[in-house]
Amino acid sequence: MTVVNWFKRHLVVIAGLLTLGYLLLPNIVVTVFSFNKPKGRFNYEWQQFSTDAWKNPCGVAGMCNSLSISLQIAIWATIGATLLGTMIAFALVRYRFRARGSVNSLIFLPMAMPEVVMAASLLTLFLNLGAQLGFWTILIAHIMFCLSFVVVAVKARVLSMDPRLEQAAQDLYAGPVQTFLRVTLPIAAPGIAAGALLAFALSFDDFIITNFNAGSTVTFPMFVWGSAQRGTPVQINVIGTAMFLIAVLLVLTSMVIGNRRNKQKA
Amino acid sequence: MATLTEAPPPLSPPAPARKPPRKRGRMTPYWLLLPGLLWLVVFFALPMIYQASTSVQTGSLEEGYKVTWHLATYWDALSEYWPQFLRSVLYATAATLLCLILGYPLAYLIAFRAGRWRNLIMILVIAPFFTSFLIRTLAWKTILADSGPVVGALNTLHVLDVTDWLGWTSGDRVLATPLAVVCGLTYNFLPFMILPLYTSLERIDGRLHEAAGDLYATPLTTFRKVTFPLSMPGVVSGTLLTFIPAAGDYVNAELLGSTDTRMIGNVIQTQFLRVLDYPTAAALSFILMAAILLMVTVYIRRAGTEDLV
Repeated sequence: MTVVNWFKRHLVVIAGLLTLGYLLLPNIVVTVFSFNKPKGRFNYEWQQFSTDAWKNPCGVAGMCNSLSISLQIAIWATIGATLLGTMIAFALVRYRFRARGSVNSLIFLPMAMPEVVMAASLLTLFLNLGAQLGFWTILIAHIMFCLSFVVVAVKARVLSMDPRLEQAAQDLYAGPVQTFLRVTLPIAAPGIAAGALLAFALSFDDFIITNFNAGSTVTFPMFVWGSAQRGTPVQINVIGTAMFLIAVLLVLTSMVIGNRRNKQKA
Repeated sequence: MATLTEAPPPLSPPAPARKPPRKRGRMTPYWLLLPGLLWLVVFFALPMIYQASTSVQTGSLEEGYKVTWHLATYWDALSEYWPQFLRSVLYATAATLLCLILGYPLAYLIAFRAGRWRNLIMILVIAPFFTSFLIRTLAWKTILADSGPVVGALNTLHVLDVTDWLGWTSGDRVLATPLAVVCGLTYNFLPFMILPLYTSLERIDGRLHEAAGDLYATPLTTFRKVTFPLSMPGVVSGTLLTFIPAAGDYVNAELLGSTDTRMIGNVIQTQFLRVLDYPTAAALSFILMAAILLMVTVYIRRAGTEDLV
């Protein structure tokens, strides 16, 4: 009876944790199999413990090269999308102008469109223009689909900002540039950072749009896709595990720093 | 957003005013918008127009294509590939429902029960995003492997007999069956369900739950009459965020499925990148877009939430 009651009371917690397990299971598998020593070309069955892949992460032809291309594209796409997106977000929140509605829907549409449709239409444009597919077409595409997400992230932050802070700065004789740099920007920074982080993750991980517009350029997701057919090297799991760990560490450190700052303020 | 008559600022400042009365620089918003919007117009809107024109062209790769208003491409594409369209809708619907059923308890847990674990669980939900989703999808091949523990357990429990009879799996296999594809889709888009659900659950005032309890509502009634209706914005945006990408996805069907589980995304990809039949591919992706826009519009009307964006 008590067991049943306990179970009933904690049903939500149990179900929630099971879902969390479902979410994390592939990550656990990826980590475990990064220590595998497969016999054939495919790393799907557990054979033997080994740290070979960790010692030699770039030991696979082309993988680290693709990784560096993905990083470059992600960095430039993040810079481009964050810059353009932040400007749009400020214009949308801070100003009233005509055509606001249509601007809003133009921002919303790329997020509501299946990726394959965007990818195919962009390829049609590039083919019609006779553009050389490669680094630049990927970058153009990535900035395009990251833009809307940056706008949404920055908009949320700017909306919750108290405009009286800026008015106060102006009352204290700060010029528009000074007000923007010393008041507005620091307050909006977390939103911009969130947008930039999202853009980076989206660009680094994008496969569908890149697959259509990459030509013969191989980004990391493209490399993984190709290796799924030819045989997956263990090093892919090493990179996957490392990326997961770096992400968790980054978030944890930023949280610790944030906590410390809050305590200092209090 | 509609009341724009310039009211004088209230004398006693209540909550932070949302509308900053700034007048300086009439052209400033346009200069701010120009570069970003130009990018979206040239690389998002214009391509759609190019694609529309491609879909009514005829010709061949060698001789070039011409716009001939050959609308029959649409009809041919639809009559040849309707099974893949139907399958995409079915799989995406199943994955969306599963995401809702699986994601709701976790979002609820983070919003109301997690306490000091809240941030950690949030990190664990978001962090997998940073491991390439292709790597994680490939991991499902290991998890669902024929000789693996999952298939073994399902077999011992005779679950596979039932799913086989339903046509979700075939024989002793889970990989290369509809079940595997739906499982992968559910997994891939689950965070897109959890995050909006969490955002709308978190906004609910906890005192409403107490009030419901004071009025002798059982926990189930409280959920049915208070929590769930108030979380509707999250449910609507979560289901859209999972359904739309799931319907167009071809990665899961390719990696975890077989030729019998091809979705419309696979067809578009093959037509565009391998067969190089651009008109058919363009027509297919327009039909997909139209179908999704139609379904989304009907759904939003029905669900009755307008504060989505």
